[in-house]
Amino acid sequence: MTTKELTCVVCPAGCRITVTLNDKGDIESIEGYTCLRGKTYAANEVTHPVRTLTSTVTIETAEGKKMLPVRTDAGIPRERLFDAMKIVRATRAKAPVHTGDILVADFIEPGTNLVACKDFL
Amino acid sequence: MLYDVLIIGAGCTGVMTARLLSTKNVKVAVVEAGPDAAVGATSANSAIVHAGYDAKPGTLKAKLNVRGNRLMKELCSALGVECRNVGSHVVGFGDADLPMLKELLARGQANGVPDLEIIGQEKLRAMEPNISPEAMHSLWAPSAAITCPYGITIAAAENAVTNGVDFYFNFRVTDASRAGNVHYLTNGEETVAGRYVVNCAGVHSAEVAAILGENDFPITITPRRGEYFILDKAVGGMANSTLFVCPSDRGKGILVSPTVHGNLIVGPNAYPISDGDDKSTTAEGLAEITAGARRIMPNVPMNMAITSFAGVRATPNQYDFYLEISKQIPGVVHAVGVESPGFASSPATAEYLVGLLEECGLKLEDKPDYIPTRRPDGNHIQWNRLTDEEKAAKCRENPAYGKIVCRCETVTEGDLLDMLDAPIPAVTIDMMKKRLRAGMGRCQGGFCSPRVAVLIAERTGRGLDEINKSGPGSWLVTKREEG
Amino acid sequence: MAEHKLIIIGGGPAGLSAAVAAVDAGLAPEDILVLERDSEPGGILNQCIHAGFGLHRFGEELTGPEYSGRYIAMARERRIPILCNAMVLSLTDDRRVTFVSPETGYTTVEAEAVILAMGCRERTRGALSIPGTRPSGVYTAGCAQRYINIEGYMPGHRVVILGSGDIGLIMARRMTLEGAKVLAVCEIMPYSGGLARNIVQCLDDFGIPLKLSHTVVQIHGRDRVEGVTVAAVDEANGRRPIPGTEEYFECDTLLLSVGLIPENELTRGAGIDLDRMTNGASVNQFRETSAPGIYACGNVLHVHDLVDYVSEEADTAGRAAAARILGESAPVVRSVKLSTGHGVRYTVPERIDLAEEPEDVRIFFRVTDVYKKVQLVVETEGGEVLVKKAKSAVAPGEMESLTIPAAKLAGVLKSGEGGIIVKLNETGGDK
Repeated sequence: MTTKELTCVVCPAGCRITVTLNDKGDIESIEGYTCLRGKTYAANEVTHPVRTLTSTVTIETAEGKKMLPVRTDAGIPRERLFDAMKIVRATRAKAPVHTGDILVADFIEPGTNLVACKDFL
Repeated sequence: MLYDVLIIGAGCTGVMTARLLSTKNVKVAVVEAGPDAAVGATSANSAIVHAGYDAKPGTLKAKLNVRGNRLMKELCSALGVECRNVGSHVVGFGDADLPMLKELLARGQANGVPDLEIIGQEKLRAMEPNISPEAMHSLWAPSAAITCPYGITIAAAENAVTNGVDFYFNFRVTDASRAGNVHYLTNGEETVAGRYVVNCAGVHSAEVAAILGENDFPITITPRRGEYFILDKAVGGMANSTLFVCPSDRGKGILVSPTVHGNLIVGPNAYPISDGDDKSTTAEGLAEITAGARRIMPNVPMNMAITSFAGVRATPNQYDFYLEISKQIPGVVHAVGVESPGFASSPATAEYLVGLLEECGLKLEDKPDYIPTRRPDGNHIQWNRLTDEEKAAKCRENPAYGKIVCRCETVTEGDLLDMLDAPIPAVTIDMMKKRLRAGMGRCQGGFCSPRVAVLIAERTGRGLDEINKSGPGSWLVTKREEG
Repeated sequence: MAEHKLIIIGGGPAGLSAAVAAVDAGLAPEDILVLERDSEPGGILNQCIHAGFGLHRFGEELTGPEYSGRYIAMARERRIPILCNAMVLSLTDDRRVTFVSPETGYTTVEAEAVILAMGCRERTRGALSIPGTRPSGVYTAGCAQRYINIEGYMPGHRVVILGSGDIGLIMARRMTLEGAKVLAVCEIMPYSGGLARNIVQCLDDFGIPLKLSHTVVQIHGRDRVEGVTVAAVDEANGRRPIPGTEEYFECDTLLLSVGLIPENELTRGAGIDLDRMTNGASVNQFRETSAPGIYACGNVLHVHDLVDYVSEEADTAGRAAAARILGESAPVVRSVKLSTGHGVRYTVPERIDLAEEPEDVRIFFRVTDVYKKVQLVVETEGGEVLVKKAKSAVAPGEMESLTIPAAKLAGVLKSGEGGIIVKLNETGGDK
């Protein structure tokens, strides 16, 4: 049995929610939430927390090197953020690039991509 | 290269001396420990061209202040630096202060300060509507002025460079030697040589005297730190002239004054410190200044402060400036213990020091091709100070003047490029800030400093990680880790 | 002197939204000129590369550049002229705008309507008067954000952040992911000014301590920051540092995220009335200032926490400016002043100009403190409730809004009621 404490981010109330997991890692109980959305958030956050990663990569343009903002197009596991940053740092782009263009496919997880967030034409 | 004169210190005294010598047929170098001219006491003071009533009659301070006041205004006009004749009041609170005001009036008259008068409350309030209702009298000195002390000093330094003076920055003199009549100054890496040496090293001038070889030098320096606030331009009009309280044994006290840039300056206090380079501010000091300022102007809006800073003054163990030919080392002239009114006096102090050099044997003749301006082609006039027609014309001539980089102080890319190209190229954030006020406004460089840094990097062919805020070690950014 | 019908000062999210809304309301695009001071439109969002924008507006979570990119695209589709590198230097209350740009030079133009959309700037060290030395390495969070996101350089490696505003929190995560060590975020207030999700995802995720009721009392280092001294503050004694609680952090960087100030120098220069609480212009529900035909929207009016609300506010201003130019504005019958009651710091708008047939009016406001279990109420001075809403929690960091229905406003018009109050009732639970 393990318990995890977390702050709910669904609304400004910032409820402190306690989630208890059994030895198999399944949720035994969720306490401290004040709405159903909070309960769902807590369950997801404890079992498989994911985050959208945003960063920048160097892009070659006609006016020299610039920074291209990038993001993952889906959440990636929170514990893989630093692994993901290693790939981001090694990624280079070259103009033209359009918003939404895939820079790295199957980024960290199959089906998740690292995409451009800005046009460099 | 063997120079005729080596000047130690690029504060106002050293620079004014170098500039004056640059009108003559001698080769001059200035060595400066800091990364730019005017980085010591000249950069952080009340920015007042004092009238000269404060100094005791018969002293060098009295004589040089009164003459310096006039020369400073002329120099500002010649080099295109703003100087406003706003006048000053020494404010008396009740009859207890009246004897002091009368004493200052008498001193001022003996020193030759023009148009001094003691005025009553009604006239004072008419001139200064925001002054404390408890202010009863003031000594009104219409010849007192405000300017930008580092602005005129840098302009004078560039005028000197235009006329052949060499500046060595980041050159802290660590050792000196002499062979025959040639002096050698070194910073441990580089050495410069010259026939005469002028010690204008400000808070470090007594240390420099020792490095030059003086034994039992009569002057010791106690660095005294003074803290200040600068208030937003929105409240710059709350004082029309410089407002002093009656002086005490700790200096001229806390003042409230307009600045030539349209802000309000409030300060300083005065406390002895051990490290002459320690320009840190303290919570207590800033609270003291707030209290002091409220005494003169009860409604002074301290919540409009945009920055605070501290300056360090070189207070000697005697009343007067020590401007003397060395009694022990031939060819050395000292300017030691030059505290307030050192800035106002500096053009006159320069004349005095040049006189001492001549006494030492330096031969001077006027330079026929002397250029009286900051640059060979004239003075730099900031775009923002032009008339509407001139602004429009300047933009047509060069579109870079149409691009505003510092929005608080309206500094254009054209101005910044001019300063990169100046006799002393501005290659740090602080150099740009001091010359153009980029980053000195209400956002304090939050918006423009990255842009200024990028422009410097691009134009000097360096990486952004090689650009400093001021001296070596004051890096802005490092390279991002690459995968 | 050149003439334009509508001049919009600022090409960020507010200015672009206003321009798009004005065209959609029937104004010809060639009658509009958007003046943007940067080299590209989009405003500060261009450097806000994190996600979290657009949930209300587009129903999806966008990054800053994506959000501004959509508005840039909308402006392009409508062929709205945007002049970049154009800085407005002065504005008069009769809508003369003096600006300069490399392309046009130094110019004065006249307009039938002006929309102020200049955004805001960050509070600085100077405004806080933090004692100590003045070395390199003290940056506002936004300045550091520009260095890292636009220029691609690191502003430092060991970092203390003062202020838990959202930009500071975002920068804590950004710098951590880039390999820097963020030692602590200090917040002088007993609660954070940032969104809860940012506390969790930017600090908690990386184990960065948030020190509430703490501030930086001294900066050390001559050339570059070498450390800062942090101390706890006494809530009961004006938040003064408590002697003996000082803690030294060895660091090379201090980031400041201590608040945003609407950039209203032009507004002030035009003699437009400002609201002391928002530091922005005082406006009616159409975001029209005290100068007829001059509107304000976005962060220049009041600091928003969500850009979605900026766009919404800008739409209102853009539509109203277009209506004025097209002669479609309904005549004002009576003005009703909005004032703040218990627990409410400010409202936008500050007045409602009622026409013969009022429309719904949405009121934005911020509360003064953290409260739990409250009722947000808009009522007349006579005590008639116009709209109310129960909330389990409110905080100063999150903007609240209530919409007064048109029918209720028609009632106000009829009854001759003089003023409207926005307030908060505490309905139980601890503060």
